[in-house]
Order: sequence, then structure tokens, then C-alpha cells
Amino acid sequence: MRETFLNCLVERANVDSRIVLVSADMGYSVLEPFMEQFPDRFFNVGISEQNAVSVAAGMALNGKVVYVYSIIPFVTMRCFEQIRVDVAYMNTNVRLVGVGAGYSYGPAGATHHAIEDIAIMRALPNMTVCCPGDPLEARALVTQSFDHKGPMYLRLGKTREPVLHAADTPITLGKAAQVRQGKDIALLTTSTMLEQGCALSDYWGQKGVSIAVYSYHTVKPLDVALIQFLIQEGYKIITLEEHSIIGGLGSAVAEVIAESNRPVPFKRIGIPDCFTHHVGSQASLRKLYHLDSFDLEFQ
Amino acid sequence: MTNQAIATDIRRSILHMMHASKSSHIGSCFSLIEILVALYFNSLNIDPNEPQKWDRDTVILSKAHASAALYATLAHRGFFPCSYLERYYIDGGLLPGHLDKTCVPGIETSGGSLGHGLSLGIGMAMAHRLDQNSGKIFVILGDGECNEGSVWEAIMLASTLKLATVTAIVDYNKIQSFGRTNEIINQTNIAQRWESFGWEVYEANGHSIPELIGFFDKPQQGPKVIIAHTVKGKGVSFMEDNLAWHYKSPNDAQLAQALKELE
Repeated sequence: MRETFLNCLVERANVDSRIVLVSADMGYSVLEPFMEQFPDRFFNVGISEQNAVSVAAGMALNGKVVYVYSIIPFVTMRCFEQIRVDVAYMNTNVRLVGVGAGYSYGPAGATHHAIEDIAIMRALPNMTVCCPGDPLEARALVTQSFDHKGPMYLRLGKTREPVLHAADTPITLGKAAQVRQGKDIALLTTSTMLEQGCALSDYWGQKGVSIAVYSYHTVKPLDVALIQFLIQEGYKIITLEEHSIIGGLGSAVAEVIAESNRPVPFKRIGIPDCFTHHVGSQASLRKLYHLDSFDLEFQ
Repeated sequence: MTNQAIATDIRRSILHMMHASKSSHIGSCFSLIEILVALYFNSLNIDPNEPQKWDRDTVILSKAHASAALYATLAHRGFFPCSYLERYYIDGGLLPGHLDKTCVPGIETSGGSLGHGLSLGIGMAMAHRLDQNSGKIFVILGDGECNEGSVWEAIMLASTLKLATVTAIVDYNKIQSFGRTNEIINQTNIAQRWESFGWEVYEANGHSIPELIGFFDKPQQGPKVIIAHTVKGKGVSFMEDNLAWHYKSPNDAQLAQALKELE
């Protein structure tokens, strides 16, 4: 996804002089094509994320559309108050581009895991939160970010994610995209869990349980209309995310369901409220925390 | 009208604002008045009738708790009517205690959290460089604010990029919110610190408008900083160099006495 992001950015930067890329010393072997083609619009500001975000906001105040690139914890949490004041409060055209959703950096350890970012970013007024689930969504959302007014957070996976949508699927910011049809259960995934969601739908489909899969590639603004439709149609609803069970997609969907005055069978699947001390790959951590399977028992 | 008379008028306005709203930071405002007069009434390329003029000079008040000083300066400079100042820090008001760039014309950045302004200014200067815009950027920092690590991240970047359109001004009034600046975090060698990070450094009497103008207008090869030696609460004897006036607002008697001193 990070390659998709960068290719898309380079294409646009060729025809749009507002596009600027800022790195806090991250992006080795990823950002070079932009650096080489637009040396005057690429800034490595050094290992200083607070400064990076405020500098980006300063450029945005003077008309630029600024992409700040780093690993998720460093581009969201290290500089959160700079994001709050200089990006969200001042409503600047800064795009925070974080790589390494969930356990993408599995064996690197918990400092590099991104498990609370959706929660904190969606709490900020003015912030749009995009969590693409495949390269096609990433391309569409990056493309829609160029002329978007106000700040945006782009939560990317890492690299070599499979394409899950048909090539001509329209992807619209703020509108969930359906990937599998189904009539019993609606599985709402976000970010890196789209592939897993499709696999689970296929698995249960063979057992006669029909599961629709939707990709919530935009968590804020949330596609509330779809949830209301699913409630109306009597679907059981499951959310699936590689993020803490607190504050992410599951919480956002729960808020809508709780205020619907309808008894909706509902289940959240996400990372439990803990830092992991287990050393392992993304796949092994997903397995450890049961993100790769679910039973059909609803509370 | 002389610069000194303008400064006195601005101080009077601030006294009324603080008295009416019973709000804090009058000391932080008063140390900075000559800096603002030197900028807004002398050095800056600005037009109150066209606040968004493309090639304007930009002031960022990073110590945004001194917002009242900026509001009063902008009002006296004609950015908006002086009557707006009556709507500072009151229920249903217009002007918040810390800067909100949407509230009136002339406020370039919102603020209130320290350690943001210099980075914002550097970003603005970087955009100007790309656009070949000659507008200069002036960032006013508090001396206590320089405790923030992000200030030093910004200092390092500005000199690396040799940003010759950036001027920082440190309002070195030597008191921060809990005591003497140099007793809390010692920065008695503040000028050498900036210099060692690659900035052009000048020390000035922060209450001498001609001296400040001289340094603001001085040509520069890279980023420059004016360490402006100031007195917190300057202009009113009982407020000068007194920590209590970081917080207090004048009561009726104190207002009368202060206004008398400013006559």
C-alpha cells in the first residue's frame, strides 16, 4: 500500500505544485521516487515528529497540500497535540500518512504496533480517517485526498497487500464498499482486515452461513446509512479490525447500534486491551488474539 | 502619533480588557508591546484593508497567552474596530484568551499551546520559498516557552534550510508561570545557544522601539533571532517584574492607578 500511495502522489505532483512530502527521517527505499523527481518539494526534517507536523501545517496555511509520512505511532501519537492544534483546530490541508497498521511491524515490538491510532484520530474534530483495505482503496482514497478540504489521516498497511476489489469498483470516501454478498451476517472490516474478512466469509459460506463483507475504508465520517440499512434488514453485525477493541471501528459502529433502539445481534472483533509482549509475525499475533477466526455465538 | 504614544494607547486598552474580563497574563502582554509596535507600526509589510495580501509579512504570536496584546495592537492598527476589544474573554465574547485565527482579521495562527509557533513559521517560510514569495515571517516566543523541546527541533531545521526570511523574537522577560525563568531551566546563555544552532543572534533592549526596528530590518543570510530583554508588566510600576501579574487582573483602584501612571 505504501508503494501505491507513493506512485499516486508522484503522478499527482507532476501536475499539482501544491503537493509537498515531509518525512521525519522515515521512508528509506519507499520515498526515493518522489525525492528524486521533486527534490524541492521533499523535506526530511529529521527525527522530529512534533516539528514535522507543525511545519507541515505552516506550509498548508500558505497553500500547500502536505503529506507527512512515518510509521503510525510516530506520525499520530508522538505529535498528537501538534495534530490537534495545528492540523485539526486550524483545519489545515495536512495528510498524516501512517504505515504499519495493527501488527504490520509484528516482531519489531509494541512501540511499533498501531493499535490505538483510529481511536485517537477519530476523536479529533475536522479529522477525516481513512483506512484502506487493499491497494485499490488506497489509490482511490489518496486520489480523493488531493482536493479534500481539511485534514486527513491515512492508515496504511505495509507492502504487497492483495487487491480484493474488482478493478472497476467505485471507492468513495465516506461510503463503505461491499466486497462479498450475504444475507445472514454483515461483517464490517476496516484497514488491513479486509482480506481476513473475505477469507472468513468464504470459509463460513462453505458451511452454509451467508456473510456479507463491507470495507469501512473510511472510519470518519462513518457510513452510518449502511449500518442503519443493515439493522433495518435484520442483519447480525460483526466488526473486524486490527486495532484495539477500544475506540476503533467496533466502537464507532456500536455507538450507532446503541442509539438505534433495535435489538441487534452484534459482536466486535479486535485486539484486546493490552500491549503484547509476545514476539511474533503479524500472522502469529493475529492468531494469538483471535483476529483470524470467530464463532457465530452472539451475546 | 509617536511610537511611544501608540504603545501607551495599547497598554491602556489592555488594562481595560483585563479589568473587564478579570483575566490573566497582563504581565506577559506588557513585556511585548514595544515589539508589537515596532513590527505592526513600522517594519511589517501589511495592509489592514487586505489582511490576506499574498506577499504580506506574517507575525506568529507563539506565546499566545499574550493574545490581548495582539488583539489591541491589531485594533489600533485598523484591522478591526477597537470596540471589539470589549468582547475579550467574556461570556458570549468574540476574542478568546488564546488565539483563534478565525475570530478576527489579522490573526495568522491559532495557538495557546507552547512550542508550536516557530515550526509553523518555518513551514510558512518553506512554502514561501517554493512560491518565490518574499514575505517575511516573524515568530514571537516567550522565554519560558523555550523550555519546550519542539522549539529546538524547529531551531535546528531553520538553520539547516538557511531560511533567511525567518526572524524569531524571544520576549526575554525572565519570569515564567511558576517563577524566575533562569531558576527553573537555566538559559542565561540563551544567545549562545541559538548561535551554536546556527542562527544570527542579536540582543536588544526589548522596550526600545528604534533599536528593535533596526534589528528587524537588518538584512540576514539565514534565520535570525532577536533576544529582546524585557520587563514583565512593563509600564505599570506595581506590575513590573512581579510574578503575581502573570495571573492577576487589576481591580478598580489598580486600574485607576495604572492608567494614571500611563498618562
